[in-house]
Formats: sequence, C-alpha cells, structure tokens
Amino acid sequence: MRAITYPLIISVALLGACATTSEDQKPAPTESAGTSKPGASTSPTTGREPVAKVETGKPSATSPFAVLKDPNNVLSKRSVYFDYDKFEVKDEYRKLVEAHAKFLRENPSAKMLIQGNADDRGSREYNVGLGQRRSDSVKKMLTLLGAREDQIESVSLGEEKPVCTSANEDCWGKNRRGDMLYSGEY
Amino acid sequence: MLRTFGFAVLLAWLSLAHAQLAIEITGAGAQRIPIAIVPLAGEKVLPPGVSTIVRADLERSGLFRGLELPPLSPEPNENSNINYAEWRSRLADAVVVGSVTPRPDGRFDANFRLYDVVKQKPIGGLGFTFAKEQTRVTAHRIADFVYEKLTGEKGVFSTRIAYVVKRGNRYELQVADADGAGQETALASFEPIISPVWSPDGKRLAYVSFENKKPVIYVHTLADGKRHVVANFKGSNSAPAWAPDGNRLAVVLSREGGSQLFMVNADGSGVRRLASSTGIDTEPRFSPDGQWIYFTSDRGGSPQIYRMPAAGGEPQRVTFEGSYNVSPRISPDGKTLAYITRNSGKFQVALLDLSTRQAQILTDSEHDESPSFSPNGRMILLATVLGGRGVLSAVSADGRMKQRLSTAAGDVREPAWGPFVE
Repeated sequence: MRAITYPLIISVALLGACATTSEDQKPAPTESAGTSKPGASTSPTTGREPVAKVETGKPSATSPFAVLKDPNNVLSKRSVYFDYDKFEVKDEYRKLVEAHAKFLRENPSAKMLIQGNADDRGSREYNVGLGQRRSDSVKKMLTLLGAREDQIESVSLGEEKPVCTSANEDCWGKNRRGDMLYSGEY
Repeated sequence: MLRTFGFAVLLAWLSLAHAQLAIEITGAGAQRIPIAIVPLAGEKVLPPGVSTIVRADLERSGLFRGLELPPLSPEPNENSNINYAEWRSRLADAVVVGSVTPRPDGRFDANFRLYDVVKQKPIGGLGFTFAKEQTRVTAHRIADFVYEKLTGEKGVFSTRIAYVVKRGNRYELQVADADGAGQETALASFEPIISPVWSPDGKRLAYVSFENKKPVIYVHTLADGKRHVVANFKGSNSAPAWAPDGNRLAVVLSREGGSQLFMVNADGSGVRRLASSTGIDTEPRFSPDGQWIYFTSDRGGSPQIYRMPAAGGEPQRVTFEGSYNVSPRISPDGKTLAYITRNSGKFQVALLDLSTRQAQILTDSEHDESPSFSPNGRMILLATVLGGRGVLSAVSADGRMKQRLSTAAGDVREPAWGPFVE
C-alpha cells in the first residue's frame, strides 16, 4: 500500500482556525504551507517522493473544510429541525449528527458553534430558551458520540433570525432549527 | 368586550417627521375633564407652541378634553385675572394660562397658572427657564403638573420610552419622549437587539445584542454612549432585569446548561446562581420593593409565571389558567401583574390582581409581546402586529383606553417605558 503525504497540508486550515479564539478570524489559507514529511513515503519504482499539488486561492480538495462544504458529503448539511415545542433530535437527523461527531473526534482542533432557533410565536425571551434547549440537545448528542465538550458552544438566536417569515406551519417548521457551524463560518 | 367606552374615537396625530412614532388614540374614558389650555402669550416664537404640546399630552391620556377656544384679546397670561363665570360659560372645568418670554441669554422663560373653574380658585403654577431644544420637555413638565393636580396621580408625559426598530437587516435601539417625539438612536446594529430595560435612575439601558452571533448582555449609558458587557459567558446570555437598587441585574445564562436565573453586578462581576430547575427559567423581573423575583418557567410542563424570594428560596407558581403565560411585569404599586397569555391561539395582554387572583384580558390583538407599565401604573405599553408590521400599542390598566404608536417605515418592537426622572 502506498502511503500518501497530504496530512500536513490539510491540517493547516484547522490550525489556522484554532490558533486564536477570536471569532472573526478566517481559517488560514492552504497556500504553500504544506511540506512533505521526510521519509514518510517513497515510490518503490522511482525512489522519489510524490509531489503534493497545492492550489492557491481555494482549499485543497482533501481539506476537512472542503469536506464540510462538499455538497455530496453529509457534513455539508448543518441543520437539525425540531417539532413544535420539542427539542429531541429526531431519528432522521441521527446520521447527520453522527457524521459531525465523527468529524469533531477526528479533528480535535475543530470548533463548533450550534445556534438554536425557534419559530416566532410567543415571547422572544422564552423563544431564546427554546432555541437554547435545541442547541443544547444537539450538543449533548455530539458529546455522547465522542466530541469533546470544549469543542462545542451551544447558543440560541431565539426567534430573531428566521429563514422563513410566513405565518404557517411549513415556515415555522423551517425556523425550529439547530445549525451547526464551524469556526470561520459565523 | 372590555372596551365599553371604545366608541369615543379621537385622532391625535402629532407632527409626522420621518420615521417618528405617531400616536393614535382608539378609545377613551367616558368622563374626560374639559380643560382650556390657553395659548401661552408669546409662545409663537416656539412652534408648534408649548400649549399645543400640553394639550396633546393631556388629551392622549384619555382623561382630558381640550376645549376649542376663540382668539382671546387681550392675550391672557399668568398674571391676568381669571373671569371664572366666563370660563364656566365655555364649559371649562379648568383653565391654564401663561406666557413665554425670550431671555437676553437666548433662552426662554415659561410661566403658567392652573385654575379650578368649578371651585373658582387658583390651583398653582410653575416657571421654567429653558433652551429652545428643551421646549418639548418643558411642555411635558407643564402637562405633568396639570395632570397631577387634577387627577391626583403623577403624570408621565416627561418620561421616556425605549424600543427597537427593524428596517431591512438593520436594527436600532431608540429612545423617545413618551409621546413618541424626539427619538434618538442609542445603538445601531446589523444583528438583532432585544429586551431593553431601563435602570432605575433612567440613565442606562441594559439589553441583549446578537452582534457577536449569540446573545450577550450589555449596559449602555445613554448620555455618552459608553457601554460594557455585563454577561458574555459560554452559551446564551439574555433577559436582563434591574434590581431596584440599580447595582445588580437578574439575568438568564446557559453557561451551566439550560436557561437558568443568575444575579450579576452591573459591572459584570459577582455572578451567582439564583435558582435551579430542569426547565427553561427566564424573563426575571423584580417586584418594586425588591423582595420578589417574578419569572417565566416551564418546569411544570408549560410556560407559567412563578415568583421566588429575591434572596433565594422556593418558587411559587403565580398563573394557573391556560397553557402559556409569559413575560411577567409587576405594576409600580406592586399590586397587579401584567403578562402575555395565549388565548385561543392569540397572544394577548392580561392583568392579574395579585390579591384577588382575578385575571382580565386587556387587548383584542393577536400578537402582543413585551408589556411595560408606565411609571404611574395607568398605562401598559406593548408590542403587537398590525397589518403584518410590528407596532407599539398602549392600553390603560382598566382596559378602556387604547393607543397605537407606529412609524412610517419598519417594524417597531421591544418597548420599555422608562422611570420617573427629576
């Protein structure tokens, strides 16, 4: 089996993101920072190390951040929807939450903010409470699946950031939501 | 319906500067005191005239009816003799006369006297020295004096209100006179602002801002715009409530899991837990005597109002009817509780008499939020939705009188009526 020498390249984005706790820091660009680990890999036929191609201006195709944005990857999905007045993560979202828990486990420097939301009926502050209960619920599931507690912050936006503004159940359902965001995405 | 006397419709549109809150009265008490507010001699130098503002204030209260007066010659002032029989023949129960005089320093003197026409005797008067830009607040103070002398309770015309305006994706925390005029922006943000509350001295607002992509509590001094973080712990920080001493706030933090009540000093120090539950505990409010904290909790399965001793202790449930009772606000005299109740799917303002346990729904709207007592306890300011837009509304504590405050553009929400200030 041929060893491949990309791990150092891909970790740059995450290291850049967690080198600071400031939320407005963007992940460091992947440009040119990757170097092959000496002796980590050799080609039996040529004796030369393979060359890792780096493209500037966009994440490496193998970056965990690219995985997070790849529409074909389950990790690109971030929203968990809830029933009215409920905060249990429904079975249909279990695979999604499991995938993110696995990502957090495998990328210990990754940080996540979970923003819980509520529909706009009733008190704004009670809705902050409902949104918090939803984000706490997602966080609890992630930590039970092996993510570290200090990787995740669960907060609430209450009813303040609706994605849909009509007064009907379809719309309210879209707003009863927990969104999982990684550093640099909020 | 509660609006037994709602047929008396009176429109009192104030000057409609752009985006200014305009007030429309949609109901009034049956017994309104007829009063003659005579234009103050010389007030034309201060348009629209001090007497115009005084009259609008008094009429907006629903307790007074300003009389239409013919031009009087000579113009009476505070030193004129009052012909009680003549005022009686105009059906006035009370009359205000006075004058405005420019001073050499560029400011103005306003002097006025109030007379009881029925008892045929002077009630009193005051004099103010003020700069031109203080014309409105001076008029409000005159209206407060008249109101207090004739009704026996303090007027609130010179108090201020705070509220949030949303236009597109822009949020502004604004402060205005109680009549909606003279609004100023304290904070502008591209993220939501909720839950403003006035410090007891009327100089600071605490509020929740989402500018850091999560709820964080700030205290903001209005005069100089300086603000500081009171609570920015891991998780959500929301629902601030001032203790009557103005030095501490009850807040809701999720830093230890769930939404739970904590106390914190106004400078952000000294965080300590107030209560523990497995439910959502939120919307704390102190009783005016500081002895109790009322709050919303769903520890019993549905959101209801509870109270607990401010020093700590066992919470007691306060509301029992219905499955959704939130946003407790105690009246300034501590005797009644205003809150939002869900009534057949409509969210409405209710008032609970804390001694008789009788509750009464005061509004007929569907999306009421954030009730706030006027400092004299007579009116309750609230946010509601009208024609798809957020507007402010006010209802008298007896349910008879209603007012609507709206702006030309944008949603208005999260009202908070400020305290009396000297």
